[in-house]
Amino acid sequence: MKKEIDVSKHELVPKHEIISEKEKEELIRRYGSLKNFPRIYTTDPQVKILNAKPGDVIKITRFNEVTGESVYYRVVVEGEG
Amino acid sequence: MLPKKIVEEIDKVAKELKLGEEERKRLEKEVERVYLNSRFEPGEAIGILTAQSISEPATQLTMRTYHLAGAAGIKVTFGLPRLIEIFDAKRKIETPMMTVYLKKEYNTKEDAERLAFKIVERRIKDVAKSISIDIGENTLIVEIGEEKELEKVKKAIKEHIARKVEVKVKENSIIIRPKEELSFSDLQKLKVEVGNILVEGIEGITAAIIRKEGENWVLQTVGSNLREVLKLEEVNERKTISNDIYEVYEVLGIEAARNVIVKEAYKTMQEQGLDVDIRYLLLLADVMTWSGEISSIGRYGVAGAKASVLSRAAFEETIKHLIRASIKNEVDEFKGLFENVMVGQPAPVGTGMFELIMRGEENEHRRNDKESDKRE
Repeated sequence: MKKEIDVSKHELVPKHEIISEKEKEELIRRYGSLKNFPRIYTTDPQVKILNAKPGDVIKITRFNEVTGESVYYRVVVEGEG
Repeated sequence: MLPKKIVEEIDKVAKELKLGEEERKRLEKEVERVYLNSRFEPGEAIGILTAQSISEPATQLTMRTYHLAGAAGIKVTFGLPRLIEIFDAKRKIETPMMTVYLKKEYNTKEDAERLAFKIVERRIKDVAKSISIDIGENTLIVEIGEEKELEKVKKAIKEHIARKVEVKVKENSIIIRPKEELSFSDLQKLKVEVGNILVEGIEGITAAIIRKEGENWVLQTVGSNLREVLKLEEVNERKTISNDIYEVYEVLGIEAARNVIVKEAYKTMQEQGLDVDIRYLLLLADVMTWSGEISSIGRYGVAGAKASVLSRAAFEETIKHLIRASIKNEVDEFKGLFENVMVGQPAPVGTGMFELIMRGEENEHRRNDKESDKRE
């Protein structure tokens, strides 16, 4: 009785999406460079689902009861293992 | 602008006091003013405030490790040891646990009981009446009480060690004959190995109890195996969660791990009646997950190796560090806290602080970018 599970639908997983080149340029314009951005590995289950490549930027829309909705970005980097 | 929770509270108050449209707007404005006023100024050293806001209450946490956590009777790590476990990002936590939620169709006591029985691991040594060694025949004899278990055990043995043994059934026993002659100590090893073969259940889960949470039947497990449990038909794969941060990281990813860090740390503090603003824990979890994997707070993780010569020298073995640094021709850039305090300079602290800001015309901006690229 095994079933396929979609780990992106879990309650504790916020929405992940790859942003377009245009949005990426806008981010670089605003923050100078992406090198100080938080990272996410290519081996991360969510990145695997999105099939993102190193260098892509993932937009994460988080929700918290106290702080409300917030947007976070992570740059995809080559993962180990 | 205001977080949802505050807006909800305004709604509640407005309803209770029967405020009119006009008054409500005024209340909202006032709340917004206070809210914006209590935000941090740019350049406030938030990291230090976070450290203090968490550490001070943490000094009051219970230091005992073991305790039965209430009626459920499951042993859990709590208080200070648990908090240390979370912030140190321990790979093997002391009491891994899962909270398993059921799908709507299976949300009954019977189904919960059935599932609880199904997921708990049972090894051959739990099922068998005895496992004995027959030295003369060079075989192992696994004696089984019930007939219906016999097939299961036989199958499990065949699956796991079929390469090196032959399996035969004789009445109530299974006879395992190694393909090559084994010494007595090797037979002993084989006996242990056979005893540990999983007959049924899920690897890692040693016990499960059911309880009712509002309308839902929930399973609390001792031991954790999120990947396998989520695959079960009866399990609600959107809610079921483990308290093992690394496991969540592997199965659901870094963002879910971040959420579990916050949840577990917050729960640990709340259980002891300590109120830490969740924003501090959110910040801490952000720092811990910044690199894409979980790093611990402390010397080896986030704070990392101290780069500055002077701050290293100030800690231990002053002369050794200074001599070594001069041999290696090391440069101290005075970017950290210690070294600046030592020489009496203002330390570069403060979230959102900057050294120099430049925003000329768009063209100029690009030119600067190119120049800095070249330099790099």
